[in-house]
Amino acid sequence: MINLEGKVTLVTGASRGIGKAIAESLGKAGATVIGTATSESGANSISAYFKEAGINGVGKVLNVTDTDSIDGLIKDINSEFGAVTILVNNAGITRDNLMLRMKEDEWNDIISTNLTSVYRLSKACLKGMMKAKQGRIISISSVVGATGNAGQANYAAAKAGVVGFTKSLAQEIGSRGITVNVVAPGFIDTDMTRELSDDQRNALLTNIPLGKLGQSEDIANAVLFLSSDMGAYISGETLHVNGGMYMS
Amino acid sequence: MSDVEARVKGVVVEQLGVDESEVTNAASFVDDLGADSLDTVELVMALEEEFGTEIPDEEAEKITTVQLAIDYVNNNQG
Repeated sequence: MINLEGKVTLVTGASRGIGKAIAESLGKAGATVIGTATSESGANSISAYFKEAGINGVGKVLNVTDTDSIDGLIKDINSEFGAVTILVNNAGITRDNLMLRMKEDEWNDIISTNLTSVYRLSKACLKGMMKAKQGRIISISSVVGATGNAGQANYAAAKAGVVGFTKSLAQEIGSRGITVNVVAPGFIDTDMTRELSDDQRNALLTNIPLGKLGQSEDIANAVLFLSSDMGAYISGETLHVNGGMYMS
Repeated sequence: MSDVEARVKGVVVEQLGVDESEVTNAASFVDDLGADSLDTVELVMALEEEFGTEIPDEEAEKITTVQLAIDYVNNNQG
């Protein structure tokens, strides 16, 4: 039903977890997918799973905190595949700590990797989208960007920042046929949430009406929808995918 | 009309969707040709492409009329 053939898509942080599921679902819908990872081995593993799944695309190394790395990647993609018209800002990290103990490094790392990267990549892809007069920018935020979470002031700040960024950019470039949206996952069964203790996990579940953690594919489905023509009239929106644990 | 002038005007006509007759040398993109701020950024991108050059942001901001665009190109061509 959803056909993304001929679309060039860029998914950051695609070697595992939610990013991997997003890259796979866009690829299976026919898009050409460039998935990025921070290491050569990560990029190779992306290329390998694309090949296995019959997806047209490739894994590339990218440091989302480095503008030169981003510019180089976009240049390569332009000459190899054409302009990116679907960008999925997914790459992210956590550096959880109580505020009284949080080092400035822990704050800065999160802001740079989870928020400033969204600015950098969106800006880098915007020229091509404006020329094409079409585009989708979808950034992965988090439920904690809306609710807050003790021990995650840095992460929640960055994830809330993505929402404000998205609403502003959506207003700025809507006239050019480009939509900008956020998908905000709740607690999804990934390496990131596997670090939680059993007690933390059980406490979480009592707050989720659907009574289970989400799967990466649940997020990928939301991204696929917003990427497609079906999401054409949605812009500046945050789509919460969280089993009901937070209702905006 | 010089070649540069004709090409600049061609880009303006295409980017802003205005009639050729409106694109006089003195015309201001915003005040006379109805461009908004995003249009002016796109116009500079189109000029960069047409002339195979990169226009730094601080220079781009000063290019507000057709004549200033022509002057910029004439002064910055290798």
